[in-house]
Amino acid sequence: MKLIYYPGCTLKNQARNFDVSTISSMAKLDVEVEELARWNCCGTVHALGSDNIMNRVAPVTNLIRVKEAQASEFMTTCAMCYNTLKRANIDVKKRPDALATINEFLYQEETKYQGDVDVLHLLEFLRDRIGFDKLAEKVKKPLAGLRVACYYGCLLARPKEVAFDDVENPTIMEDLITALGATPVQFPLKTECCGAYHTVDKPEIIAERTDKIMGSAHEEQADLVVVSCPLCAFNLDFRQDDARRLNPDFYHLPVLYFTQLMALAFGCDDTALRFDLHHIDPRPTLAGRGLA
Amino acid sequence: MNTTLHISSPRFGGTFVAKIEQVSGQKLLACYQCGKCSAGCPMAAHMDVLPNRIIRMAQLGMEKQLLATRAIWICVSCMTCNSRCPKDIRIAEVIEALRQTVLGTVNRDDQLKIQALSPEAIGALPPIALISALRKQTS
Ligand code: SF4
Ligand code: SF4
Repeated sequence: MKLIYYPGCTLKNQARNFDVSTISSMAKLDVEVEELARWNCCGTVHALGSDNIMNRVAPVTNLIRVKEAQASEFMTTCAMCYNTLKRANIDVKKRPDALATINEFLYQEETKYQGDVDVLHLLEFLRDRIGFDKLAEKVKKPLAGLRVACYYGCLLARPKEVAFDDVENPTIMEDLITALGATPVQFPLKTECCGAYHTVDKPEIIAERTDKIMGSAHEEQADLVVVSCPLCAFNLDFRQDDARRLNPDFYHLPVLYFTQLMALAFGCDDTALRFDLHHIDPRPTLAGRGLA
Repeated sequence: MNTTLHISSPRFGGTFVAKIEQVSGQKLLACYQCGKCSAGCPMAAHMDVLPNRIIRMAQLGMEKQLLATRAIWICVSCMTCNSRCPKDIRIAEVIEALRQTVLGTVNRDDQLKIQALSPEAIGALPPIALISALRKQTS
């Protein structure tokens, strides 16, 4: 099986662990991921203003590239890219006038976008196209005993039209984790916002968010937290020292991408995991469960 | 005993209200002030004016006061309010329209001063953080 893959900017920078673990674990599932040729930044946030046509150009250009690759669908793992590309796609499908303006602006593109591409997130691809029961058959090293808090943040759950699971209590990542042999914990703050881009100039907000969210995972006795967004990962992992300064009782926990747990369970080697890129090193925790 | 409360505002239904409704695509008068948006807002603790009050002030056309709030820059468009509003009002879109109004004025009042950040701080940040912060807070 072949699948067009849109990595996005951060997976080629700070989140290379997300990129390599995605490609390696998909290979174990006999899915050949082909990186989209000439992809560009999605813009990271959907333009909420109805008159902001300009910010819809970047996502639509990517949809044109997918058509140029002779495909009608593609997959991304970054929750932020997924959300932005999917919302722009829904929006221009509903508004032919806006789409016409964008196509006109992109007059140098031979291919015109006509709303004929589907945006998929890797989690829904795994559930709907592979199946978690089939995926479980590929597990070489079951993650037995590992207690995992699945964090969705905002972008996989909201708004309703992009969500591929329940908006208030999604469980798709828990189902995946269970298929890998791990134990998902209850996690009431799984869809609470991490503070997102306030990490740039309002670190005090991120410290408060990280303390609250990671604290809730710790209360549920999670060994680690898994995410699907490199911005959530940055805030919840790299801002833990700020959370500790805010709350001396803050307990450090590692933050992993769900694809890293897949790669680990499928028996991929260290080059597919890149645990060296984390702030809180997950290796001692994994070793404690006999997994590293 | 019946109490009747009369609210009047010279700006009610004015051009500012019409513009916010148009850019956000929302009918502001649909809001009946239940407060559910503010109850679930993860940023409420950091806001000077809560989301339900932002909607109320927008209904009343309180342009100057609204555009001067810190809250419109604290809202991160997490969409929690949108997904829970019993009247299906997209509060996040209304707040985006308010931000865009500030950024679209002649002063182009950018809220993120990237020059104020050290090169080390910028280097440590992932592209996803910098790009989203700039898209949301600069003109
Ligand atoms: S949840 Fe909706 S109806 Fe209730 S106060 Fe907020 S905007 Fe108004
Ligand atoms: S979108 Fe903004 S106002 Fe609404 S809940 Fe999120 S941060 Fe609060």
